[in-house]
Amino acid sequence: MTSTLDRPSAGTPSGRGSRRSAGSAGSSTHGRSRSPFDRLRDVLTSPKSGPVLVTAVLFVAVFVAGGIRYRGFFSGQVFLNLFVDNSYLIVLAVGMTFVILTGGIDLSVGAVVALSTMIAASLLQSGWSPGVVIPLILVLTSVLGLLVGLMIHVFKVQPFIATLAAMFLARGLCYVISKDSISITEPTFVALAVTRIPLGGGLSITPSVVIALVVVAVAVWVLGFTRFGRTVYAIGGSEQSGMLMGLPVARTKVIVYVVSGFCSGLAGVLFSFYTLSGYPLTAIGTELDAIAAVVVGGTLLTGGYGFVLGSVLGVLVLGVIQTIITFEGTLSSWWTKIFIGALLLVFIILQKVLTARRR
Amino acid sequence: MNALLLRTVTSRLFWPVVMLLALVAINVIAFPGFLTITVKDGHLFGSVIDILRNGAPTLIIAVGMTLVIATRGIDLSVGAVAAISGAVACSILLGSSDPGSFGTVAVAVAVALLIALVLGVWNGFLVSVIGIQPIIATLILMTAGRGVAMLITEGQILTVDSAPFKALGSGFWFGLPVAVVIGAVIFALAALLTRRTALGMLIESVGINPEASRQAGVRARGLLFTVYTFCALSAGIAGLILTANQTAADANNTGLFIELDAILAVVIGGTSLAGGRYSLAGTLIGALVIQTLVTTVYTVGIPPIITMVFKAAVVTAVCLLQSPATNAAFARLRQRIAARHARVKEAAAS
Repeated sequence: MTSTLDRPSAGTPSGRGSRRSAGSAGSSTHGRSRSPFDRLRDVLTSPKSGPVLVTAVLFVAVFVAGGIRYRGFFSGQVFLNLFVDNSYLIVLAVGMTFVILTGGIDLSVGAVVALSTMIAASLLQSGWSPGVVIPLILVLTSVLGLLVGLMIHVFKVQPFIATLAAMFLARGLCYVISKDSISITEPTFVALAVTRIPLGGGLSITPSVVIALVVVAVAVWVLGFTRFGRTVYAIGGSEQSGMLMGLPVARTKVIVYVVSGFCSGLAGVLFSFYTLSGYPLTAIGTELDAIAAVVVGGTLLTGGYGFVLGSVLGVLVLGVIQTIITFEGTLSSWWTKIFIGALLLVFIILQKVLTARRR
Repeated sequence: MNALLLRTVTSRLFWPVVMLLALVAINVIAFPGFLTITVKDGHLFGSVIDILRNGAPTLIIAVGMTLVIATRGIDLSVGAVAAISGAVACSILLGSSDPGSFGTVAVAVAVALLIALVLGVWNGFLVSVIGIQPIIATLILMTAGRGVAMLITEGQILTVDSAPFKALGSGFWFGLPVAVVIGAVIFALAALLTRRTALGMLIESVGINPEASRQAGVRARGLLFTVYTFCALSAGIAGLILTANQTAADANNTGLFIELDAILAVVIGGTSLAGGRYSLAGTLIGALVIQTLVTTVYTVGIPPIITMVFKAAVVTAVCLLQSPATNAAFARLRQRIAARHARVKEAAAS
């Protein structure tokens, strides 16, 4: 099953390319006559891996440029801080990757993050134990995701509208809980917020980073090595074909929204570690950051192509831009938005060019 | 009679109209003076007029959005375009020596709308020439646009003191609020241009299949440019009204979430996001439903910030009621009732 599904995404394009060059060189063996340059070009222009590699190169280039321009930029801790400051965004982007891979979209993630921080803050304030609160949040947000998924699948509501309704609901419920900021003073949360895990050499990370990386590892495994993951890619490639192949399209389409809901809830918990408060207006526009990270990370918005690690890279690129703007000092924060917009544009056109070449 | 009832119930506008009437009924019960309209100094006042005035910006954007959605597109950037247009107008007014003069205001409005037009052409270019998915193409401007608006206002809230500009938001023409008149003109213009000519049908054909309609001789690319430009222009006009209403340009908050309200208005009105069919009358009802809902929440005495929960409930209800699954269930129910009637008649006859 794995190999059958793998072939349309990777095998066919490169196979076609190698046959053509093999013919021109008069050799019958595949790939032997191809120069390394050809192979590099193939990898770079494949819709599967091309955008990810370009993002990786861009990230390194921006990081090196920052290192040359600013004193103290080129350090391990600045790099690790990208993870520390964006651990919640990494988790969000992972959930969003699942949804976008099936060709859907989830606009509710930012509001769900805010709702999670509000639930956490208000329940902790009234003396609940974190051991109860955190699982409760994860269950609630997963159920919200389930409802959205059912709305999309059973009632054929477009993902855009269904998740928009969920966004309104979550944001509204935040205000129902409280319209003011609630601070979190519960010892376990505070401990998780201030704890640094030393990595030696004066470098350190937070527990949130570890959680985020575990989520990434699990997502990589699920998407790459399970039937469920393969079905996600298959639905993005062609839902109709997936259905005809007998894949569990309905179940998978609902589950990706549950995954996204769960990730949003977890991201909300991580965000409340980071800010130690719940506030109904937090994380406005975070859904756009998550979508931008996924797109910059090379996932095709029509679904079918993309990697979780690419999305992580996308988050890091957004993070490094933020860091550079902080280091620059004189640049105002709204430049971040303009840069992210410009970056999105470049990447989408790049994807367009890459996929056009292949057709 | 039965056939008429059936046609009414299956009409795309049935549930939105029911929703609107229900909201009005709630208002009338909670607040008996709701429907009264009084005349003061030749101007009309009343809750209904307030709903129309506050709903005008959403309606204006929703009209543009309807045409975009009819081409199977979507425009997420309207809120950002509204913010930019307001910011441009206010910065011109602030920079001029005589912000109160009619000429200055005309120049400010013209430049703001011109810039909105350019932004619309940009969206149209990305969608029709480069061929980017509309949701993403306009996401770019949605993200970057607020930044650009901030750049124009230099991160500050620009407050202007200009009587002619303020009139855009809170003045009266022929007894009606200016915003309502503008909204009505744009709605009528769009309805006439698309429904009294072939334009509407061509837009729908692009929504059904751009490639097929291009081969049939429809200028799909030009039409896409037109609808995105028109949508941005209407967003620009709405932005001016919103800014004039507050007499201040706030790059962060002018038109925040208005793209969502506009899309909701379109969807509530029965226009499918899958494109190919649209109903401007539905959009009008959708915009009224949203604004009446907001007003109802105020008059019933629920804290206004919880409005979003109700919006979510309305959207979900309308979407579920319009979904194919529900329609099929209704059809089965009707069949069963008809079958039972037939059996009863048979039994009576024998």
